[in-house]
Amino acid sequence: MAEGAYESLKTVPPMRGESIRSRAERGSFGLVIGVLSAIAIVLLIAPTLIVLIVSFTSGQSLRFPPPGWSLRWYEALFNDSPDLWRAAKLSLQVAGMATAISTVLAVTAALAIARQPRLWARFLDSVFMSPLMLPTLALGLGLLVWFNVFGTGVSMTTLVIGHTAITTPYILRTTCASLSQLDGVLLESAKSLGAGPWFAFRTVTLPLILPGIAAGAFIAFMMSFDNVAISLFLSDARSEVLPIRLWNIIESNLDVRAAAVSGVLIAVTTVLVIVMERFVGVSRHVR
Amino acid sequence: MTRSARSTLPGLLKNWQLVLPLAVFFTAFVFGPLALLGYVSLHTDVSLEQASLGQYTKFLTDGFNLGVLGATLWLGLKVTLLTLLIGYPLAYLYSVSPPRWQKLLILLIVLPLLTSAVVRTFAWLVILGRQGIVNESLVALGLLEMPAKLLFTPTAVVVALAQIELPLMVLPIITVLAGIDPNLRQASASLGAGSWRTFLQVILPLSAPGVLAGCLLVYASSVSAFVTQTLVGGGQQMFMPFYIYQQAIQANNYPFAAAIAMILLASVLAIVVMVNLLARRMRGVAHG
Repeated sequence: MAEGAYESLKTVPPMRGESIRSRAERGSFGLVIGVLSAIAIVLLIAPTLIVLIVSFTSGQSLRFPPPGWSLRWYEALFNDSPDLWRAAKLSLQVAGMATAISTVLAVTAALAIARQPRLWARFLDSVFMSPLMLPTLALGLGLLVWFNVFGTGVSMTTLVIGHTAITTPYILRTTCASLSQLDGVLLESAKSLGAGPWFAFRTVTLPLILPGIAAGAFIAFMMSFDNVAISLFLSDARSEVLPIRLWNIIESNLDVRAAAVSGVLIAVTTVLVIVMERFVGVSRHVR
Repeated sequence: MTRSARSTLPGLLKNWQLVLPLAVFFTAFVFGPLALLGYVSLHTDVSLEQASLGQYTKFLTDGFNLGVLGATLWLGLKVTLLTLLIGYPLAYLYSVSPPRWQKLLILLIVLPLLTSAVVRTFAWLVILGRQGIVNESLVALGLLEMPAKLLFTPTAVVVALAQIELPLMVLPIITVLAGIDPNLRQASASLGAGSWRTFLQVILPLSAPGVLAGCLLVYASSVSAFVTQTLVGGGQQMFMPFYIYQQAIQANNYPFAAAIAMILLASVLAIVVMVNLLARRMRGVAHG
């Protein structure tokens, strides 16, 4: 589609005898688009790049440019930061469990509401997508009060429940999108060839929507791993997730270890995004 | 869609059985808690014995509280406009780029979205800090004698948030721009319209649904961006999310925290409904 747009730009030739005014107009339009998107691109890249550079500093502070280069903060991170490793482990566990539960919940619901133009399906769709718009902090506080009223208090379980609530919409969205692109004829033919519903689901539907589910689950995992607002209310004093630990480090003394943690997170995220882009096309699913 | 839609699992499970697990989960852990929060906000004491509208009158009659609400909504508006100003051109550039560049551009847009927001906020502390790149360059260029205080200012919060929410604006606009028939651009050009006129009268109106979707996403997430508001703002300016947290956890005043949360929720919902109505009206105009 977008390739077509580009072709069309190329096929509109600079008309002969084009007036100075229209040439100036085209130039000024290109200039404005070019300058503003250049600012946008620099803004998208620069911050992460600067953090990566600072993480290799030999100094004690977050000075930029760094006075010298070393791996000392990565050494500090890998050798004597048990707090950060504990937090990272907890975050991985919570994100893993929340993603697993929300995948099951979202995919089953998507099977019912995707390809359904009926009002109830559209209504449920917007209801299930609502956590994307709600202030997560309000939901976190609501859940905290809820669990206190029911006397369960907060624990690892409540933390996973909170994360599941905010990650479900991502998987629902990508799965519904994959289902709506599914060719109904395929299901018909499977049926007419004698495939039972379960067999048809397993051999036709599931393989075709799997990339969508995987992309959604990946996004959900990253969002859970990064969540602060829910974890702030729902974790007990002993369990601190990585983003909150990192936040505390940043807020208390701007320890350069924060840059090393960020460096590791940026590297891991970049590799994961490139790998996922290659296999399931994440970027096609985030739109 | 003229084909009658059918369940994708024909015969195996009924639709309502498939929806049930998620519906139960949402009732128990999203809408139940939010309803309870609304109930708590209508009480004056933590033991929930005296019902009253006291929390709301307390909030809405106090200049400080209204200031916090105003600052939060104003922040959301400024961030939305700034992301639109640089996000739209980027989406436009994407739509006219060759496929090879599109692949690179989309990675540049998606990557920050999936990178931890705490990390991206931290990046701004490094950039705007006393020894950060901005101060060091300004001093080196002789434009400043001493490093200036850039962090913990309202502008810093707006700029940092705009950078963090930028992908949410760009992605929906890319989607609508990709759906616009390229012939329209050509037709407009051959009818004598210049680039600006084609853009303003053809492309921009057709991309309005994507712009509205992007604005909604950016607005909703920037008014509740707790981490960035707190770390980059440094407590100089109070915003609603931190106010909720402070009243609940630090002051233990749950009913008041609940009322603040409900007011934030209501103001976000009001904007969402308004923009959706606007979008519907615009669709009506486009079709009729």
